[in-house]
Amino acid sequence: MVSEVKSVSGRGIPLTGDDIDTDRIIPARFLRCVTFDGLGEHAFEDDRAALKGQHAFDQPQFEGAKILVVNRNFGCGSSREHAPQAIAKWGINALIGESFAEIFFGNCVAMGVPCLTADGATIKKLQEILTNNPQASMTINMESMQVQCGDFVAAVSIGEGARNMFVCGTWDACGQLVAQQSQIRATAAKLPYVTW
Amino acid sequence: MSKGTLFDKVWDLHAVGILPSGQTQLFIGLHLIHEVTSPQAFAMLRERGLKVIFPERTIATVDHIVPTDNQARPFVDTLAEEMMQALETNCKDNSITFYNIGSGNQGIVHVIAPEQGLTQPGMTIACGDSHTSTHGAFGAIAFGIGTSQVRDVLASQTLALSKLKVRKIEVNGALRPGVYAKDVVLHVIHTLGVKGGVGYAYEYAGSTFENMNMDERMTVCNMSIEGGARCGYVNPDKITYDYLKGKDFAPKDNDWDKAVAWWDSIKSDTDAEYDDVVVFDAADIPPTVTWGITPGQGIGVNQVIPTPEQLPEEDRFIAEEAYHYMDLAPGQSIKGTKIDVCFIGSCTNGRISDLREAAKIAKGRHVAQGVKAFVVPGSERVKKQAEAEGLNTIFTEAGFEWREAGCSMCLAMNPDKLQGRQISASSSNRNFKGRQGSSSGRTLLMSPAMVVAAAVSGEVSDVRELLN
Ligand code: SF4
Repeated sequence: MVSEVKSVSGRGIPLTGDDIDTDRIIPARFLRCVTFDGLGEHAFEDDRAALKGQHAFDQPQFEGAKILVVNRNFGCGSSREHAPQAIAKWGINALIGESFAEIFFGNCVAMGVPCLTADGATIKKLQEILTNNPQASMTINMESMQVQCGDFVAAVSIGEGARNMFVCGTWDACGQLVAQQSQIRATAAKLPYVTW
Repeated sequence: MSKGTLFDKVWDLHAVGILPSGQTQLFIGLHLIHEVTSPQAFAMLRERGLKVIFPERTIATVDHIVPTDNQARPFVDTLAEEMMQALETNCKDNSITFYNIGSGNQGIVHVIAPEQGLTQPGMTIACGDSHTSTHGAFGAIAFGIGTSQVRDVLASQTLALSKLKVRKIEVNGALRPGVYAKDVVLHVIHTLGVKGGVGYAYEYAGSTFENMNMDERMTVCNMSIEGGARCGYVNPDKITYDYLKGKDFAPKDNDWDKAVAWWDSIKSDTDAEYDDVVVFDAADIPPTVTWGITPGQGIGVNQVIPTPEQLPEEDRFIAEEAYHYMDLAPGQSIKGTKIDVCFIGSCTNGRISDLREAAKIAKGRHVAQGVKAFVVPGSERVKKQAEAEGLNTIFTEAGFEWREAGCSMCLAMNPDKLQGRQISASSSNRNFKGRQGSSSGRTLLMSPAMVVAAAVSGEVSDVRELLN
C-alpha cells in the first residue's frame, strides 16, 4: 500500500489566486457522502460555474494534468480531506504553491500527494509557462528538490519530515503508529487525566 | 524555539516517540468525531483490519447535517440520513459513546465537549474539524485533522506531527462597551493576516483574556484557525477551574485537588520563551465586521472598505476578488449595508453567554421587515438553559426563529441556506464564497450582539448605539 514518492512528472495546470479555501475546492453540499468516490468531478464546482468555462479545470488544454500550480495560502479553511481528495481524484499527483494551509498540507501528506513551496517569482514563472505552453512537461524531483518545467528549472522546498516520508515511502503513517502499541500504552499510563 | 510554554510542556508529556521521518508520535487524550469526516476513516480501518484502540477516549455526536426544525427520522435529505446511519453503526460496532439527537447531550462537537467537562487543561485533543482549536480555551492543545488522521487516531490514539512554534498574542486592558471576544479575534486576524499563524500555536495572554469567561475564551481560540494557526490556547486559571468543577466528566473528590495541582504545573512559566510575541491594546479594538471573502478582511463598523492602495500589496489580489463577489466598493462605508438574513449560532458564538448578550440587545426590539432572523443554540444543553432563562421568548417576541441545536447556516449542510445573492449578518466564523449554502451568497461576520443590531435595523449597524 505504501510507496516511495521520489518524483512526480506530468503536465501542469496553473490556478491563480490567493487564499483559495476548502469551501471553494469542494463546496459543503458535496460532503454529504460516506465515501470519497466521485468527488473529483465536483472539484471547484462553484468557481467553475461562476467562470463559465474559463476556470483552468474546465479548459481542455489542461485535461490530464498531474501537477497543480497555485499561489498563497492554498487550502485554508476547513479540515475536510474531501478537498485534497477531490483534487487528487480529478487527477492531480502533486502541488506547487507559494504557501499552503497547514491542515490541507497534512491531509495531502497522509494521501501521498506532496505539496511543495517555491518563491513568488518561481510560481509566477511556472504559471506563465503553463499558460503559454500547456503541453510543457514538468518534473518535481524530491531528492534534488527541484522543479523542471520545459527549460525552466527552480528550487522547491518542503519540510524535512514530510520530505523523508515521501522519499522513504513512509507517508502513510498509520502502520508505524499502530506498531508502537506498548509505548503508546506507557505514555497514556503516565498521564494523570487518563484515570480520573 | 519556544521553551517552558504550556504548549511545550503538554507536547513533551504526550510524546510517544520520534518517528523515522523526524516527526513526533503524539498521544491524543480526547478524540471527538462527527458524521462528516468519520465514515471514510472507519471504512479505512475496516479495509486494513484495524480496531479502535481506546474506544473510551473517543466521543461522537452529530451536528453538521442535522435539520434545526423538523428532526424526525428518517431525515428528508436521504444523503444526510445515510451519514447519520453510518455514524450510528460505526459507534455501535466500535463501542464508542454517541450523543444522538434527543439524548440531551447532542450539539456542535466544540460546544458539547467543554460543557460536559470532557475538555480539560493539559490534554491533547483532536477532531476531524478545523475548529477543534476551540478547546484550547481550557489550556488544552487541540487541533483539527483530516480523515486519514482520524483513522490514525482511531487505530493508534496517536498522530504523526511536527512541533509548532509558539506565538504569544498579548491583549491588555478592558474592552470598550459593545466590543466582544469576537471583535478581539477578528481584529487579531485582520492584523496578523489569514496566513500569519501558519506554523504557529497561538498563546492568548494578557489581562483581556484573563478577564474573559470560558465562553469568550472559546470564541477567541475557535477562530485561531482563521488566522492560520492550527491551535490556540489560554493558560488555565481559576476561571477555568470554576467552570469545570462539578461538570459530568470533571475529576471528582480527591482527584479534583490532584487535577488542579497538575493543571497549575502545565501553565506557561513566567520566564517561558516564545518564538514571537505580539501585543495589542484592548481599547484600540472596535466592533468589527468583515466586508470580504476571508475572515481577515475585517474593519471597524464605522470604517470604510479599504481601497487597494491602502492594503499591503500581497492583499490586493484577494481584495479585488472580494469587491467583485461581495458587490461592495472600496471607500464605501460598511455601516448601512442592507441585510437579508441574520444568523446567531455556530461553534464560535452559539453558547449560552452569546445568547444572553444577544438577547439583551433583542429585548423589546423587533426584527426589521423583510429580514429573516434565526437563533440556533450550539447544543441541546444550551437550548435547555436558554429556555430556562426565558431567552427563547425574548428572541421569538423580537421576531427571531428559535431552532434546534446544530451547525445550521454556519456551513449550510442542512436545510438552512442562503438563497441567491442574499447577504447575511452572521455570528459564525467563515465568510468564504458560497459558505452559507448559496454559491453566490454573501456573509458578513460579526459578534452576536452586532447581528441583533443588524436584524433590528435591517442593515449593518453599530451595536453601541443600542446599548443603554
Ligand atoms: S458550527 Fe460551523 S465551524 Fe463549527 S463545527 Fe459546525 S460547521 Fe464547523
